Amino acid sequence: MSTTMSEQQGKPSASFGGMQARSAQTINEPRIAIQNLDFFYGANKALKQIKLDLPERQVTGMIGPSGCGKSTLLRVLNRMYDLYPGQHATGEAMMDGMNIISPSVDLNELRARIGMVFQKPTPFPMTVYDNIAFGVKLHEKLSRAAMDERVEWSLTRAALWGEVKDRLQSSAMGLSGGQQQRLCIARTIAVRPEVILFDEPTSALDPISTLKVEELIDELKHDFTIAIVTHNMQQAARCADQVAFFYLGEMVEVAPAAQLFTAPKERRTQEYITGRFG
Amino acid sequence: MSEAPEHLVKSYDLELKRLGNLITEMGGIVESQVANAAIAIMERDTELATLVVETDPKVDAIEREVEQFVIRLLALRQPMAADLRNIVAALKITGDLERMGDYAANVAKRSIVLSQFQLPLSLSGLGHMAQLVQANLKLIIDAVSEKDADKAIQVWRSDRLIDDLYNTVFRELVTYMMEDPRNITPCTHLLFIAKNLERIGDHATNIAEIVHYAVTGEPLTEARPKGDTSAYAVVRPHE
Repeated sequence: MSTTMSEQQGKPSASFGGMQARSAQTINEPRIAIQNLDFFYGANKALKQIKLDLPERQVTGMIGPSGCGKSTLLRVLNRMYDLYPGQHATGEAMMDGMNIISPSVDLNELRARIGMVFQKPTPFPMTVYDNIAFGVKLHEKLSRAAMDERVEWSLTRAALWGEVKDRLQSSAMGLSGGQQQRLCIARTIAVRPEVILFDEPTSALDPISTLKVEELIDELKHDFTIAIVTHNMQQAARCADQVAFFYLGEMVEVAPAAQLFTAPKERRTQEYITGRFG
Repeated sequence: MSEAPEHLVKSYDLELKRLGNLITEMGGIVESQVANAAIAIMERDTELATLVVETDPKVDAIEREVEQFVIRLLALRQPMAADLRNIVAALKITGDLERMGDYAANVAKRSIVLSQFQLPLSLSGLGHMAQLVQANLKLIIDAVSEKDADKAIQVWRSDRLIDDLYNTVFRELVTYMMEDPRNITPCTHLLFIAKNLERIGDHATNIAEIVHYAVTGEPLTEARPKGDTSAYAVVRPHE
């Protein structure tokens, strides 16, 4: 893939005057390399021979109609499905030589390395401070001062510090929806993961809170590898470096965002993103 | 890509169709402007020439309508992929068509002046040029309305012939001017007429590039054969 990126980016703009989205000029080396991945809900095959790279410190957007498998793929990547009997995955999702779906993987360690942010903000019913500290305590023994520092760092990175620094000991349930979602992002980055998975992180937020989260994602990609599942194609166009289109459990096409949204190669992608399905 | 299936939002389909119709209508008017301007020169028909000039505001009005419509579509529909390429293409094509209309009107104006002169020469070279330009114009307007990248490539390649003819006409006219200074006024007008026709051909190739990208998603990148060498032409009087 990486060989054709710069060409694809460079050429079309020649005739259409620098029409370049935020999407990257080149796609980085994979942080997670998925190959031949199948996933089953019981007998039902929900993912079919997925092949997809999540490039290091870039944003991969995943789009497709409901039930296409994009959220399932996120659930596979941090082994969420382990909680449910009858669900299993086969194939490869390699990260540093480790196959994420191998039974021998330590799930606590995996979930510290691959964090996840969900559709609805899910703050714990405790103080803002403890929401952050809770996860950190599971993985690290920090002094009080070091923990204070970590909480401030996380909230700052999540663009929330200025809004909550005077109410760290108040309940997180009193924050607005947008603030709660940024708190969940802060909680995720507090354990210093390498990869962050966002499952429709803004679908419950108003447009301004949405833009704040998108800006945050753009900021976070300097340090983290990010995958974002979204129903909002404009959001994928705004946030993602590369975008993968899923349909009926298959990964149909992956390309840099500017390429996929201006000149997709596959007919199914074209029909979906222009709103002509079927 | 071939004809896309219908859009889930029907009103969007209707809007895209309307945009296409506006461009086709504009193309038709410009086509007749160029045809009438050519007849006006060859037949010394000042009435027809006047009609060409008077049609110009209509072309300008459609251009403005297309511009406003495109801005509206971009803002309200946030088009993607082939829709996006077609809508941006319409915006660019309308600009090219408007320039072509201007050149046709300029040809027509000069033909009115020319009709007052005894011409010392045959206009066959110019007539042939006008024919080729009209053929390309017709073909490119078909390519636009049929979303036909092959026709676009055909136009793009054949502009070379128009350029070659222009060079011939250029040399011919300069020669007449050197023969007799009384030829300078009509020949200068003819020279501008030839240049305007050549420019109309160039805008047809611009549209060809736009259509190719809109239809295929791939830009026409190979260097286009360029034939206008009149910028370097030196014509010396015979000893």
